[in-house]
Amino acid sequence: MKRLFPIFGAITTALLGFALYEALIAAPTEQTMGNVQRIFYYHVSSAWTAFILFAINFVASIVYLVKRSEKADVIALVGAEVGVVFCTVVLVTGPLWARPVWGIWWAPGDVRLTSTLVLWLIYVSYLILRRFSSSGQTPMIAAVLAVFGALDVPLVYFSIWFFPTQHPQPVIGDGGAIDPRMMHVLLLNWLAFSCFAALLCWARYRLEVLRRDVDETLALESLLEPRGSR
Amino acid sequence: MSLFSSITAASLAKDIRLEWRSKDAINSMLFFALLVVVVFSFSFDPNAEESRRIAGGLIWVAFLFAAVVALNQTWARELRNQVLDAYRVSPASANSLFLAKALGNFIFVCVLEALMTPLFILFYNLRALGPAWQLIPIAVLGTWAIVVNGTFFAALSIRTRSREIMLPLLLFPISIPALLAMVQGTAAVLGGEFSARFWIALLVTYDVVFTIASLFLFETVLHAE
Repeated sequence: MKRLFPIFGAITTALLGFALYEALIAAPTEQTMGNVQRIFYYHVSSAWTAFILFAINFVASIVYLVKRSEKADVIALVGAEVGVVFCTVVLVTGPLWARPVWGIWWAPGDVRLTSTLVLWLIYVSYLILRRFSSSGQTPMIAAVLAVFGALDVPLVYFSIWFFPTQHPQPVIGDGGAIDPRMMHVLLLNWLAFSCFAALLCWARYRLEVLRRDVDETLALESLLEPRGSR
Repeated sequence: MSLFSSITAASLAKDIRLEWRSKDAINSMLFFALLVVVVFSFSFDPNAEESRRIAGGLIWVAFLFAAVVALNQTWARELRNQVLDAYRVSPASANSLFLAKALGNFIFVCVLEALMTPLFILFYNLRALGPAWQLIPIAVLGTWAIVVNGTFFAALSIRTRSREIMLPLLLFPISIPALLAMVQGTAAVLGGEFSARFWIALLVTYDVVFTIASLFLFETVLHAE
């Protein structure tokens, strides 16, 4: 396990480098948007990665509620943390891309923008809850909140979908055909980002397990300390 | 009357009696909502057309903030004298307690709304251009949406440090679809241009989903060690 980590890290680094080259140099330039469009490869890959991580958080939370396994709780925590990081990347690259293309930083009422923002808010509140809650109840409380958050996502989507607005249409996905070369680069970037996310999760998972071990040992030591020695 | 509903009724009656004698929640909610209305009326000087557009947002934000005041007291009250622990060891169903608490909060917030709405109409010169009766289902469903989740999250947040801050942090993100539906539905009725039907349907869905989820998970939350 320990030897696998640097190997996986090296593979991820190589993949990220290659994906960067492909996105910035090898991919064809978009006709109307020009080079600005290249942010697309990062924006969309981060979004897909974030959604997968939030899904992992949801599944792990349900597993925790059913089985009460500590492993599931750590996975849920890691999924939410790394998911929030990638979701933040999406929310930062979105306006950067929107400004030169749509002429505005933010389109209030756009389904994807706003539901991503609400998703981000929900998971930030999840992390705050974990930070604020003390004692052994944290995993249960957090898992319950994760279930509520996941139930909320489709409702958020539908509510904003109907929001009356005159925002610019999203550039991708509404029937417009995408150049197969671009699709190829996008998928490559997504793969690289997923590997990067997996690497982060792995490191964070080990850190969290170690942290809990240390806490447990410290608690035990304070119990076992002989009274006479004080 | 079945055992479940009699426990619910007893618990609800106790909460209402407590509130009737102390008037803690309703007084603080009323004054808070009044302050919000007054501050908003200073910050905007809207004409009739504009106020029709923004009033839906103002009124619901005021009610949401005021409701949090009452929701925070829901379970904190039971912590004194270990009432909650007594409930935990009793064989009574957890859901009957939850329903009683949610219904109690629902009644308090409805009273608040009944008292504050005339004031709002007065301050902002409101007149509905659409079918005004639709405001009633929007208000009832919207209030239940805030209250059912709020009661549940208040039970979560009593297990954290600084619980009074925690409740809005948990409640507001999850409530965004309901809040959007209330605000847009109210604006649709007041403006009379769009139909509020979709928003009412969304509120019904939201209420059903989260009522079931709360009843499903409340026992886990109450009995957590």
